[in-house]
Amino acid sequence: MRALYWKEINGFLSNLSGYLILSVFLVSIGLIVWVFPDTSVLEYGFADLEPLFFYTPYVFLFLIPAITMKMIAEEKRSGTWELLMTSPLSINKIILAKYLAALSLIVIALLPTLIYYFSMVELGEPRGNIDHAGFFGSWIGLVLIGAVFASIGILGSSLTSHQMVAFVWGVFICFLMYFGLTALVQLNIMSPLALFLEELSLSYHYQSMARGVIDGQNLGYFLMIIVLMLGLTGIIIRKK
Amino acid sequence: MSLEVIQLSKIYGQQKALDNISFKAEKGQILGFLGPNGAGKSTTMKIATGYLLPDEGDVKIHGLSVLEEPKAISRMVGYLPEHNPLYLDMYVKEFLSFIGGLYSMSGKNLQSSIADMITLCGLEREAQKKIGQLSKGYRQRVGLAKALIHDPKVIILDEPTTGLDPNQLVEIRRLIKDISQNKTLILSTHIMQEVEMLCDQVVIINKGKIVAADQLKNLKQASGKSILLLEVEEKLELEWFATIGTVSFHNQEQTAIQIAVEDSHEGRKQTLQVLQEKGLNLLSIQVKERNLESIFHQITQSS
Repeated sequence: MRALYWKEINGFLSNLSGYLILSVFLVSIGLIVWVFPDTSVLEYGFADLEPLFFYTPYVFLFLIPAITMKMIAEEKRSGTWELLMTSPLSINKIILAKYLAALSLIVIALLPTLIYYFSMVELGEPRGNIDHAGFFGSWIGLVLIGAVFASIGILGSSLTSHQMVAFVWGVFICFLMYFGLTALVQLNIMSPLALFLEELSLSYHYQSMARGVIDGQNLGYFLMIIVLMLGLTGIIIRKK
Repeated sequence: MSLEVIQLSKIYGQQKALDNISFKAEKGQILGFLGPNGAGKSTTMKIATGYLLPDEGDVKIHGLSVLEEPKAISRMVGYLPEHNPLYLDMYVKEFLSFIGGLYSMSGKNLQSSIADMITLCGLEREAQKKIGQLSKGYRQRVGLAKALIHDPKVIILDEPTTGLDPNQLVEIRRLIKDISQNKTLILSTHIMQEVEMLCDQVVIINKGKIVAADQLKNLKQASGKSILLLEVEEKLELEWFATIGTVSFHNQEQTAIQIAVEDSHEGRKQTLQVLQEKGLNLLSIQVKERNLESIFHQITQSS
């Protein structure tokens, strides 16, 4: 399994498009947080990284399916899938290795945003006057959102042998899970189910993490969605 | 028995790709798996490696069932798929070390296996290149190295020589012959010379059914007549040779004839006797043994 994990990581990082994806992510987050006047924390007046945590899921929506789209679809298209399937690795291990690789890449992409924390500490008035728990709660929340999106991206990649189609599937399901359910709640006809739907949506749990509380219920929810998506991936692969 | 295919059937939609086929392969022998395109060769091989599941039947490798223990089997089997899928942006060594890793090899063991494979498959000059930069023949060697790196007991090669130039053909065939000692090797192909050169045992399938399965020499023997082709300076008459076999003229000048005989050795002796009696000047004599190609034609078209 380790061999496959490193193959995925190296495959991504030895490729120009990998760096392109990572830099697009960091540049757009940087612009949103520090430059664009509407969202810049410098204009905001509070020592708070709210824009980082609010906008990153939007960027993730495209970034993560872009990372994962190749992982299964491309192997199927080029026939190397046969090579993996006839190796001693079980399907579950193949999926897990690829998932963990995607997750590691997401953490690599997120790590530079930790610097923002130190910038913010300096900007606080008096110095260091920021909501530390809120920051780390949200940051871990971001990692978890990334982890869920990665599992969805892997699922998308298993649905097809075309990278682009896999990307579109990934974006669509992530969108549905993050924004779609919340939007549904706001429809009048959904009112009896509102609370239930709200609790199913990713954004609900993400926001409650952003308050700085990492509780078992939220963690359990994220974990459940990840297991569900990867499980589905396994079923789809076995069926084909 | 190191590999046993037992009553295997596979259905794609309406079409029966494999229809109850059974055969066995033994250690130290090369089994040639022949058939026209679409006969079910690759399907059988994919089932034997655990990539596809059969609808009925089973494949047993050293007593283990591919249905029950596919992962244990994958450690025993080295497989080169038909289209030889490789990661084109990996370097040769990187690829082999990745494959070794999949088979839980590591450290010195892995490094020495990689070095052995590179020497065995003649990849020394290309070892530092990316696979995408290699020619088809070298990619095929990388595929072979991949199939062999974990020292499998059973080797399954699906059309290993397609698309190679004549020099590469000779080398890859020599390589296959070399590695086949002490291992069970199954090789699918539709190049008949290759089977005649390499294989000990032959299984021919057509439309998902086995139409012939035997030792190569038995198959050739059972297939009947050889042709004697002779040319002399003088004009010939057919009846001189009528007792030897079925005779017909081979050219318009009636100086060349062909005789179909049961036993080429006896036929040649008798023919030369006739030539001597008639005082004819022999220009050439050729014996055409029935080859596998004609057997293949005969079997796969009549069934």
